[in-house]
Amino acid sequence: MQDAKNLKEYRQTIQESLGNDFLRRALDTFAVTYRASRARAFAEFDVQQLVDEVAAAKDAVLPRLLELYSEFKKNAEDAGVKVHFAKDAAEANRLVAEIAERSGSKKIIKSKSMTAEETLLNHALEDRGLEVVETDLGEWIIQLRHEGPSHMVMPAIHLSRYQVKDLFSEVTGARQEPDIEKLVKVARRELRSKFVEADMGITGANFAIADTGTIGLVTNEGNARLVTTLPRVHVALLGIDKLVPTVDDAMKILRVLPRNATGQNLTSYVTWITGANECRSAADKKKEIHFIVLDNGRLEMAKDPLFSQVFRCVRCGACANVCPVYRLVGGHKMGHIYIGAIGLILTYFFHGPEKARNIVQNCINCEACKDICAGGIDLPRLIKQVHVRIQDKEGHPLPSLLLARVMKSRKLFHTLLRTAKWAQRPVAGGDGFMRHLPMMFFKEHDFKALPTVADKPFRDRFAELAQPRENIRFRVGLFSGCVQDFVYPEQMEAAFTLFADHGCAMSFPMEQSCCGLPLQMMGEMATSRSVAEQNLRAFEREGVDYIVTLCASCASHLKHNYPVLLGDDPLLQDKVRQFTAKVIDFSSFARDVLGLDATAFTGQGQAATFHSPCHLCRGLGVHEAPRRLLEAAGYDFREADESEVCCGFGGTFSAKFPELSAELLRKKLDNVEKTGAELLLTDCPGCVMQLRGGLKKRGSTIVVQHTAEALAARKKKGG
Amino acid sequence: MNDTPRQQLVSRFVDKAKAVSAFVTEISSLDEAIAYTLDLCGSRGACRIKISGCEEALSPPAGELCLTKQAKIVAAPDLDPELFQRLAEACSEAGFACLRDGMRQHLGGIDIGFTIADLGIAETGTLVLNCPGEDLRLATMISEYHVAVLPKGSIVADGFAAESQLRKYLHRTPDYTAFITGASRTADIERVLAMGVHGPLELHILLLED
Ligand code: SF4
Ligand code: SF4
Repeated sequence: MQDAKNLKEYRQTIQESLGNDFLRRALDTFAVTYRASRARAFAEFDVQQLVDEVAAAKDAVLPRLLELYSEFKKNAEDAGVKVHFAKDAAEANRLVAEIAERSGSKKIIKSKSMTAEETLLNHALEDRGLEVVETDLGEWIIQLRHEGPSHMVMPAIHLSRYQVKDLFSEVTGARQEPDIEKLVKVARRELRSKFVEADMGITGANFAIADTGTIGLVTNEGNARLVTTLPRVHVALLGIDKLVPTVDDAMKILRVLPRNATGQNLTSYVTWITGANECRSAADKKKEIHFIVLDNGRLEMAKDPLFSQVFRCVRCGACANVCPVYRLVGGHKMGHIYIGAIGLILTYFFHGPEKARNIVQNCINCEACKDICAGGIDLPRLIKQVHVRIQDKEGHPLPSLLLARVMKSRKLFHTLLRTAKWAQRPVAGGDGFMRHLPMMFFKEHDFKALPTVADKPFRDRFAELAQPRENIRFRVGLFSGCVQDFVYPEQMEAAFTLFADHGCAMSFPMEQSCCGLPLQMMGEMATSRSVAEQNLRAFEREGVDYIVTLCASCASHLKHNYPVLLGDDPLLQDKVRQFTAKVIDFSSFARDVLGLDATAFTGQGQAATFHSPCHLCRGLGVHEAPRRLLEAAGYDFREADESEVCCGFGGTFSAKFPELSAELLRKKLDNVEKTGAELLLTDCPGCVMQLRGGLKKRGSTIVVQHTAEALAARKKKGG
Repeated sequence: MNDTPRQQLVSRFVDKAKAVSAFVTEISSLDEAIAYTLDLCGSRGACRIKISGCEEALSPPAGELCLTKQAKIVAAPDLDPELFQRLAEACSEAGFACLRDGMRQHLGGIDIGFTIADLGIAETGTLVLNCPGEDLRLATMISEYHVAVLPKGSIVADGFAAESQLRKYLHRTPDYTAFITGASRTADIERVLAMGVHGPLELHILLLED
């Protein structure tokens, strides 16, 4: 549960997580094993197709939501179930309490339900003197510890066997051993005795099938079968987003849910309950069943053109499993009740802006969640949009406002960058790194050395570069992005010479500015849009075949976000389409368009490895091009472990959460060093900055370059 | 390999079921199923007065529930009467109780739950068990071992192929239908897999020749 009042307090709680060695180790191992078991579970399938089917099935529900609710209610009630609608958490809890009271239920057992966590149902029932016992092992453990879940599927992943042993010793009044198998057996027997006594069972539901009035429950332990069989009363609390038209839709979801959640083909149990089934302890031998369908912000979400895609969420928890930030800080720091990427969004809708304000900033925008989501939800975009909404309502913080003000005018921005060169003079070392950090702003940035601004930006060098005279194959517009323009112009020059050798006539429109991604990351949407339009205009009259950028983040932003930012303007729509169709990243252009292979290069040896920028591998779906190019250029290419995991740069993220950025960087560099490579290459200047700074700080001799530089160094002279 | 599609379906089912630690055995008659169950209960030691977990240090109420189990018990609700008769006779010869109903009187635990599955799903190694009656449900939950007979002809390719049958169940009200894939499992402590957290510790599938 996340209750920090401000960003400062929130960062303090994050520090605590970083200091929790057990948690860190547990989440590290999990992150690695999860990816492997998931891949195995999907081996026989085209994952994208399955995800698309889930998305389509869920999207089709939206326009019929209320109609499906009525159908579900009618069919369930015809079969002897009472269906209730609860508009918010308080109403849902009150309904459950009233059912307990009317049915004379005192002892309640529960199987796992995130929806009941959402409404804080246990507290509400306990306040009325009812005994509530969770029967899912993980849920029972955290209930006994008075904690919330730290993962949607594995609620107690943050605890060790020793903590569980102590807890169980307390509960049984007998000494327990730190032996997992034995502890599980103790839970089996202790909970069995709770099942025997219970009057009422509470569950959630994974599906509510409208045309039969059935609910479906997906579990591994089988506790839900006992919870729905033994007590005389059964209450299922479910979000209205669980409605699907038919069992066929449920099957589509079921094919993806366990595979994506835990890498299982199917959970041990899936239970389908229709109507008031037999219960021999009830007076009339029929169970009393209630389905409580919860709104709590969902209906508003369903109407929202952007956020309605949240309905596709099947609560598989995968977006936490792959999130590099979750992996560092754990669930209690990454969501109020729902955790991980989806948690950042649901917290805002279910628990309000207060609870979401800090955590929603803790996303590095690496897109790992979007890539893995069972419903194909564009999670990073929604997270950002939540941030924007909160900021627009509560006021923008000063740094964000200043950034927006400066970026709005390209001239002002570039003048500032040019002056920064002079400002940094006294502290700049002779080797391209700042010796000391000049600004308070960077106080906690000392885990990496920061680069200096170049003497002469690329825009001032461009005119002097030699263009090819004959055999022109392509007209190429160069989009540099601010970092390559002002900090690493040599990367642009390297690409220029390589392209020139292979028949590219290049232009560099001087009106181009920052791509706008940093603004978007700060939640400054209005300026982000205006910068996008400036860039569009800058390239409008160039008549180029391709717009090449060496920055994966710029490329992905230009390609995927510009249509969203500018698409609502009918006058711009066509232009945006033409523009984005031309945008291509460096490696894809070099390999797929120019067709560079071994014949273009000379030289052999030198061990090299590659860091895959988030916006290259996930943003643009490019995996092979840079690696194959490096091999073609004769490098001894070595794949690093977790080469597609974020390096921790994340633009403004590393300024906001330096401690997290530093940890991600540490892991990244450990994996790089393990390869024994002398050269570390990547396709993004931001990553270069982060990696180079980190290695410098470690005193490492590994050289970091942009792939363009490594290729240019091996090109055959004269092309 | 020139397996027929049916054989392929069966072997896929077997692979997937084994992958989730189910024990799969081919049998050619129901008598073999009875013999298997008795053997499991007797010589293979599945039936014990003191069942799993009861040897641990428990709280008084949990300990007392353990003591309510006083016999070695096989339960087989919903079996056709003739088959039940044969099973019951075999059990009584071997000195085991054989129950057809009244599971609520045995919540301390039973040793073996014996059932006939309605369908098998090859893609995931899953058994489909229509169990509107609570005794059948309980027999497959409070038992230490679940023995399920699955006629080979009832194996279908995937969940979608099982849909028409499932739809029939769900339209028949009230209804309770279970998909069972392997034994009850948890990985809630340190993500270490442990079997039998609530339900059976082992699932034995007996594939019956058509
Ligand atoms: S974009 Fe990356 S950091 Fe942000 S929530 Fe998704 S996985 Fe986590
Ligand atoms: S948002 Fe996607 S990945 Fe996250 S829990 Fe929901 S379905 Fe799973």
